[in-house]
Amino acid sequence: MASLALKNLVKRYGKTEVLHGIDLEVEDGEFVVFVGPSGCGKSTTLRMIAGLEDVSAGEISIGDQVVNNLEPKQRNIAMVFQNYAIYPHMSVRKNIGFGLRTAKLSKAAKAERIVEVATLLGMEDYLDRKPNALSGGQRQRVAIGRALVRDPAVFLFDEPLSNLDAQLRTQMRLEIKKLHQRVGTTIVFVTHDQVEAMTMADRIVIMKDGYIQQVGTPAEAYHNPVNTFVAQFIGAPSMNMLPGVLDDQGLNLWNGVRVAWNLASSGPSHEVILGVRPEDLKPVAQSQAMLQGTISVVEPLGSETLLYVDIDGIEVIASGPGRHAPEPGSQIYLGAATDTLHLFDKESGVALK
Amino acid sequence: MSAKLSDSNINDLEVQASAEALLRGSTAPVKRNWAQYVRWLLLFAGGILMVMPLAYMMSTSFKFPFEVYNLNLVPEEPTLENYTYVLEDGRFLQWFFNSLIVATLTTVSSVFFDALVGYTLCKYRFPGRYVVFIAILSTLMIPTEMLVIPWYLMSQQFGWLDTTWGIMFPGLMTAFGVFLMKQFFETVPDDFIEAARIDGLNELEIWWSVAMPLVKPALAALAIFVFLGNWTAFIWPLIVTTSQDMYTLPVGLTTFSVEQAVEWELVMTGAAISVLPTLIVFLVFQRFIIRGVVMAGLKG
Ligand SMILES: Nc1ncnc2c1ncn2[C@@H]1O[C@H](COP(=O)(O)OP(=O)(O)OP(=O)(O)O)[C@@H](O)[C@H]1O
Ligand SMILES: [Mg+2]
Repeated sequence: MASLALKNLVKRYGKTEVLHGIDLEVEDGEFVVFVGPSGCGKSTTLRMIAGLEDVSAGEISIGDQVVNNLEPKQRNIAMVFQNYAIYPHMSVRKNIGFGLRTAKLSKAAKAERIVEVATLLGMEDYLDRKPNALSGGQRQRVAIGRALVRDPAVFLFDEPLSNLDAQLRTQMRLEIKKLHQRVGTTIVFVTHDQVEAMTMADRIVIMKDGYIQQVGTPAEAYHNPVNTFVAQFIGAPSMNMLPGVLDDQGLNLWNGVRVAWNLASSGPSHEVILGVRPEDLKPVAQSQAMLQGTISVVEPLGSETLLYVDIDGIEVIASGPGRHAPEPGSQIYLGAATDTLHLFDKESGVALK
Repeated sequence: MSAKLSDSNINDLEVQASAEALLRGSTAPVKRNWAQYVRWLLLFAGGILMVMPLAYMMSTSFKFPFEVYNLNLVPEEPTLENYTYVLEDGRFLQWFFNSLIVATLTTVSSVFFDALVGYTLCKYRFPGRYVVFIAILSTLMIPTEMLVIPWYLMSQQFGWLDTTWGIMFPGLMTAFGVFLMKQFFETVPDDFIEAARIDGLNELEIWWSVAMPLVKPALAALAIFVFLGNWTAFIWPLIVTTSQDMYTLPVGLTTFSVEQAVEWELVMTGAAISVLPTLIVFLVFQRFIIRGVVMAGLKG
């Protein structure tokens, strides 16, 4: 087990810079999830930590050792890949034991360790099977077992669940989290699924275009997004974004509606975006309404109902009750508590508080 | 969209079914219509054409000299005398042995080095990689007939004329094999290699114990090609050897004459025997090839 630190990490492929200075401290035993849209540099960062890619500039330390120039095998890390990377020509036992090939252990000790890990993953009955006789979830467990068997300082996962079906993904998510609680190894986990990130992480690292946007607990990222990107990326369905102007009177929305806002603009009025999450935007009585519109689509989810509401040319998602939801085509009044509203500067996207 | 999907699924399933049937050696359910019959007829005609020379070879090997120029397929007086003669003649066994040595060693060497070079060209990025690959490929475009002269001059300089090494050296690596293996290694996901790297294997170990087992079908195919090619090679062994003792089987067979006259029944007997090893090699290795095809089909 060890901590991990990235200092001003830069990656260039030829002249293109794909990572522009990543700074991050991961504590010993922490579960950190990198999340972001495709191509934002999550895998690249992970592969640099693993030693599979050269570092263009900056520093990576594991424990208190700078590992920039160490071979992957000298870094004492283990990595689980998206397509499992378990060898089709080897049995489960051999696959799990593969990580021990270079370990200085007696044969008996190795065999024991393999069984121990397989048991931990509930795979002890499958040790002599070949991967093609396993289900997707079982294969993923073997891949995890292979990483686990060496007792690495840091675990790296690169979208390990994205090849699984939805149900299995939920299950494996839970299993990995439990596993982390049991073994306590530092984990860096990459995903582009924000639900995965929210549910598993101690801390989330949200990335975009080679920059870290925000680092924080899932709750922080959800309740206090630092900019419009994070606000829209975290949470599903994503946050409604309503354009407006902040002047010395308060907030003036695009359709002329005024919203009381205690933070008045100093100086000239300036363009802002009001963010409100669908679950915070609810049908209310006309007297308390902030917005008014026509329902275009109704999506019942059981416990609640998503209402797609057309408000003066902008489609907004609101949530209604699970029972007795309003009909499409009907008029609706919507309101949200003031403390659930988020305000962002329009130009920079930065949150205003 | 969904109709298209299920269509291709059905196609996949059919391919799978027939591949599996091939493995089991049974016949898959095939649609019987006139187009199918025409196809069978054409294949049958083609098959006959291919098999005729082989059939005559076999038949002649059981004939007495007086019957050799008869076109009947079944000898009037079948005999095993040719076989006894050929097998008791020391020269034939010597040539057979020479060929076996040459073909086996070149096969082992080619498969090993072609795979090593193919893997390197496929999985490593280094300056000049492309140039090296093109250079290797371009040798494919030069026919053997043109290469024998430089080979000969080289052998002369090094004193390799009329030696086993002299027969073998041009075949120790093949450009075609490098190309084939490079293409097959493309199908090995980089993740496998990187995972092994993280697990602490060195690059040679990764090649040998991770990448190689994953391309077994290609190795088997290459082994068959190389073995057949060297077993039947004629021009170069003919040129490089001078003493009868060093002849390979094809060279020896064409000169298999007793007291000036070529005795066809003996040549055919030798040829019939020489088919055996190629048959064995094929039977041994084709299992891997068909299994490889089936596995590829079942993966998706
Ligand atoms: N070998 C390479 N040469 C040039 N550019 C590369 C190379 N590998 C990755 N990139 C670029 O680096 C950027 C980050 O890629 P990376 O694989 O880290 O994305 P990612 O966040 O993991 O995305 P995904 O969710 O799709 O896996 C991308 O824009 C990609 O095009
Ligand atoms: Mg990636």
